[in-house]
Amino acid sequence: MSAPLDDLDTLVGRIPDGAKVALPPDYSGCAMAAVRTLIKRGVRDLHLVGVPSVGFQGDMLIGAGCVATLETAAVTIGEYGLAPRFTAAIKAGAIRMIDGTCPAIHAGLQAAEKGIPYMPVRGIVGSDLLEQRDDWIVGADPFGGEDGPLVLVKAITPDITLIHAPLADRHGNAWIGVRREMMVMAHAAKTTLVTFEKLYDGDLLANAEMAAGTIPALYIGALAEAENGAWPVGLFGAYPADDAHLRMYIEMAGTDDGFQTYLDDYVLDRKAAE
Amino acid sequence: MTPNRQGEFQPEELLISTIADMLDGLGHVAVGASSPIPGGAALLARARSGGSLRVSMLGSEHHNAFTNGGTELFDCAAQGRIDAFFLGGGQIDGAANINLVGIGDYPQTKVRFPGSFGSAYLYFLVPRVILFREEHTPRVLVPKVDFISAPGTSEPDVYRPGGPYALVTGRCVFTFDKARKGFSLASVHPGHTVDEVAENTGFDFDVSESVDETKPPDAATLALIRGRVADEIAETYPAFATRVFGDNASVA
Repeated sequence: MSAPLDDLDTLVGRIPDGAKVALPPDYSGCAMAAVRTLIKRGVRDLHLVGVPSVGFQGDMLIGAGCVATLETAAVTIGEYGLAPRFTAAIKAGAIRMIDGTCPAIHAGLQAAEKGIPYMPVRGIVGSDLLEQRDDWIVGADPFGGEDGPLVLVKAITPDITLIHAPLADRHGNAWIGVRREMMVMAHAAKTTLVTFEKLYDGDLLANAEMAAGTIPALYIGALAEAENGAWPVGLFGAYPADDAHLRMYIEMAGTDDGFQTYLDDYVLDRKAAE
Repeated sequence: MTPNRQGEFQPEELLISTIADMLDGLGHVAVGASSPIPGGAALLARARSGGSLRVSMLGSEHHNAFTNGGTELFDCAAQGRIDAFFLGGGQIDGAANINLVGIGDYPQTKVRFPGSFGSAYLYFLVPRVILFREEHTPRVLVPKVDFISAPGTSEPDVYRPGGPYALVTGRCVFTFDKARKGFSLASVHPGHTVDEVAENTGFDFDVSESVDETKPPDAATLALIRGRVADEIAETYPAFATRVFGDNASVA
């Protein structure tokens, strides 16, 4: 059984209000075309998990009122400055924030992919983050090791992982190369939705070089072709970020009105590059 | 070659050179998010290491050999495979606690920073963590941070091979004394003074009777920064490279 090949609207229709959605950072594979479609549909109450941080797509979803909870180690739009809608939402108390740290988010997903309840992590003890988390507890090495406390991080199981891949095939496999945080995300989530840049003519798993960097269809719920689908964020190995556009976004999204104009121009009106 | 006088290099070039001097002789330096100057320093140290220094730079495709996604840096650090890393802070206090979360009462802080990233982990595990923050003002260098993303020191029972090594700002270099849990002023950048540093620092620190001037980059170092380093950093930080190096990045 291979995953169905959807159009973007159908793919995004698989994300219900209130879903816990894992998203990769801007340097990985961001399904921006899908995020715009999701905003256009008016999705609500998402619980975003930024693995381990989230950038432009998180800021857009927050600004558009699609997010109830944000769980991540950071929100950053790379070189371009603070994420304006995220910053405004925190100030207004408009979203529930679950601050984490990168390795704990990876560890929570790794626990989920192994089907175990938690994963021990070094460090963290003495950070104020610990006091905010009821899903992290301090424990000891059960084997009696004496090199100090460990933080036990509860498994993180997203309902959906949403990513953009450079390639996918007709069998529903998606190639992500060395960006293997997306592999862990796919393993950990109940299902994974993939947009992809180009259709690979053949079977990615039949080619050993490609198979090593391929998420098998077994983890994937559906796929949709989206050329230039990460824009204006870059896609590893394919194209760089649209510097001028991201600058313009930061500028516009600095105010409520400016952000609304941005949405009107590039999301709701779909003047985007697709 | 004549030594450079003040004014012949840019502040970013001094910072890159100063931080690179702290990396010479190491085996593996990692660079995290939003870190063009530490990234430049790591690339400079690599350029003059004769191939012995490995650099793993987050966000780079050319200067990052990890093949296991976002987790590999953290796994490497826990095993002791990373010798140096860089952290910043919206606030940094005199005990080297860093705040990457926000100012005011959490969670609805009146100023919000991006978040803690991997600090609450890497600060514990990487032996030489260099704190870097270009802005050196009392609002950044505070007596006590509003939120501890990662603590500067830990209780003896906590596994902590890592921790703060130095704090580099736009005005000076501090070193950190783990036993005393405090900073000492090591050098002041050309054109800046000890008094100015004291006025702009919200925490107490040690000052010896004679504080050195931070060593300016020599001509060979500047050539390397403006040539190879500028080219290499431009892949990950194009806006930074254009702003600091302009056309030099491609012609040197």
